[in-house]
Amino acid sequence: MPAPDLTILVIDENAIRASIIEEGLREAGHSKVTVIHEVNGVAKIIETLKPDVIVIDIENPNRDMMEHLFQLTRTVSRPIAMFVDRSDTASIEAAVEAGVSAYVVDGLKKERVKPILDMAVSRFNAFSRLQRELAEAKSALEERKVIERAKGILMKMKGLSEEEAFALLRQSAMNEKKKIAEIAQSVVTAAGLLM
Amino acid sequence: MSMMTKIDSSRDALSAPRRIIGEGPKILRAGFIPLVDASVLIAAVEFGFATKEGLTLDLVRDVSWANVRDRLAFRQFDIAHMLSPMPVASMLGLGSNPSPTITPFSLGRGGNAITLSLRLFERMREAAGLSETANALDNAEALAVVVRQMKERGEPLPTLGMTYPFSSHNYEFRYWLAAGGIDPDKDVKLVVVPPPLTSDALAAGAIDGFCVGAPWNMVASERGVGRIVAAKQDIWPSAPEKVIGMRPDWAESHPETVSRLLVALDAAARWCDRPENHDALAEVLADARYIAAPVDIIRHVLGGQFSLDARGNRRVIDRYFTFHEGFANYPRPSQALWIYSQMIRWGQARLTEEGLQAAASAYRPDLYRTALGKADMPEGGDIRVEGNVEGDRFMDGHVFDPSDIGDYVDRFAVRSRSGAGSNGDEV
Repeated sequence: MPAPDLTILVIDENAIRASIIEEGLREAGHSKVTVIHEVNGVAKIIETLKPDVIVIDIENPNRDMMEHLFQLTRTVSRPIAMFVDRSDTASIEAAVEAGVSAYVVDGLKKERVKPILDMAVSRFNAFSRLQRELAEAKSALEERKVIERAKGILMKMKGLSEEEAFALLRQSAMNEKKKIAEIAQSVVTAAGLLM
Repeated sequence: MSMMTKIDSSRDALSAPRRIIGEGPKILRAGFIPLVDASVLIAAVEFGFATKEGLTLDLVRDVSWANVRDRLAFRQFDIAHMLSPMPVASMLGLGSNPSPTITPFSLGRGGNAITLSLRLFERMREAAGLSETANALDNAEALAVVVRQMKERGEPLPTLGMTYPFSSHNYEFRYWLAAGGIDPDKDVKLVVVPPPLTSDALAAGAIDGFCVGAPWNMVASERGVGRIVAAKQDIWPSAPEKVIGMRPDWAESHPETVSRLLVALDAAARWCDRPENHDALAEVLADARYIAAPVDIIRHVLGGQFSLDARGNRRVIDRYFTFHEGFANYPRPSQALWIYSQMIRWGQARLTEEGLQAAASAYRPDLYRTALGKADMPEGGDIRVEGNVEGDRFMDGHVFDPSDIGDYVDRFAVRSRSGAGSNGDEV
């Protein structure tokens, strides 16, 4: 007999990350997933939804508000505990490092909850990787722009060809043991001061 | 943040063989919340007190007390800036992730205040004829008059913000309300608001008042959205505020590191107390890495120069912050027991023999004395009657006798009478 579907609440101010998590949960066969991006009114949502698992990003300052909520609901016999298995330090560390925190209704079998948390952790990590790659791509683009501008300045000021200008930047970078983009930035800055 | 979490000095605590050759590298990862009462920790790093003891403190700013608790429990932090009730709650098994936590060092006294919206305060003045010089108790009683009016007229009751269920702010707010005759569970709605958001929440009308640490009360009053109606000193001058929390197993396996840490913090606390250092301290605290608030406000906060409102009403509170003087760093177990009494008073915990032991064991003056010697021990012992001397009274005149907590709790007219509260017959 299959266990009844778990009700899962995802609280994440980052809408893109939240949708990545939601998608993962649905792929894993969970249909009772609710996603909210802001914590305004979360108390009412928890009251009506009665989630078995709450996944919340660790950078959310409103975690303390949730703690208060659980402290209040404790008296109406709905105890909620943090993390599934206290002895499983590796997975706890992985979760904290990934930036995931979770609240789980006490008494829930850990085999049922662990896959959910593992999935959240891997999706959080995937999202961070995505963000890092995006930032790297952005900075690569910025670097290329600066090099183009520096080349233009050198071509104009020293009457060089494009290849000669780039060769000069590269040679200076090698001599100074710096990145071409850094030399290019210096050229642009210096030109700004001199012209 | 993610870069910092990759350095894992805490693993040394797990690998027993390293203890033979020492306690591992003296790099401690320390979590903190951006508040003025993290000064001692921040000064220990910025002004060389940690380095002098051969320690590197890697300060990691965090966003919630729940995170600080969890990261300490799961060995992401070695030590942490914590609310004084947090180790007590952890030892009592309260909250959603209780894990053994002790404190060998208090970070000082003071810093909290209660701020109400100008609208609510105006109404209190009209309803109760409050003068400009009304004290904390007058203000609480005036709020009680307004709350009664609101109930009679069927108006929505005030929503008041604090920081965490196991916080000095929660207990101080409740103490102040109850001293005025207001039941904090029935007559108002207490909610949690992250401190940096309190001023905006008050301005937007989402809350009608709050009790948080510095500098956020002053931020609201200078902005002209709130009126400060009580300071922590008004409620109980020697109430503990923040502490340094650590795992007892870590403290046990790193005795030398703990001692060096306490020596460094002691020196930093003495330095923070000196008014001539406040400009330098304010500069550092105002930085984006720490509190990220206007340096002028932080300087005023350190000097206890309070703007009560934006109309120029001021009040200077002597020793609004005490970082060291008067044994402010000594983790006195009777303070932990007072916190336990408030947990019982408000139905968070039950009074039991085991509870008494657990609560008192959260505060570890033995570690403090080992590091700093007997000279730094206050008179009156570790368990003493609190609030019975001039200059250190509770605002309602009650005296805390830790040998009879049941009776102490029962004598409060306003207290929780449901659930896990005191039954009187358990001890």
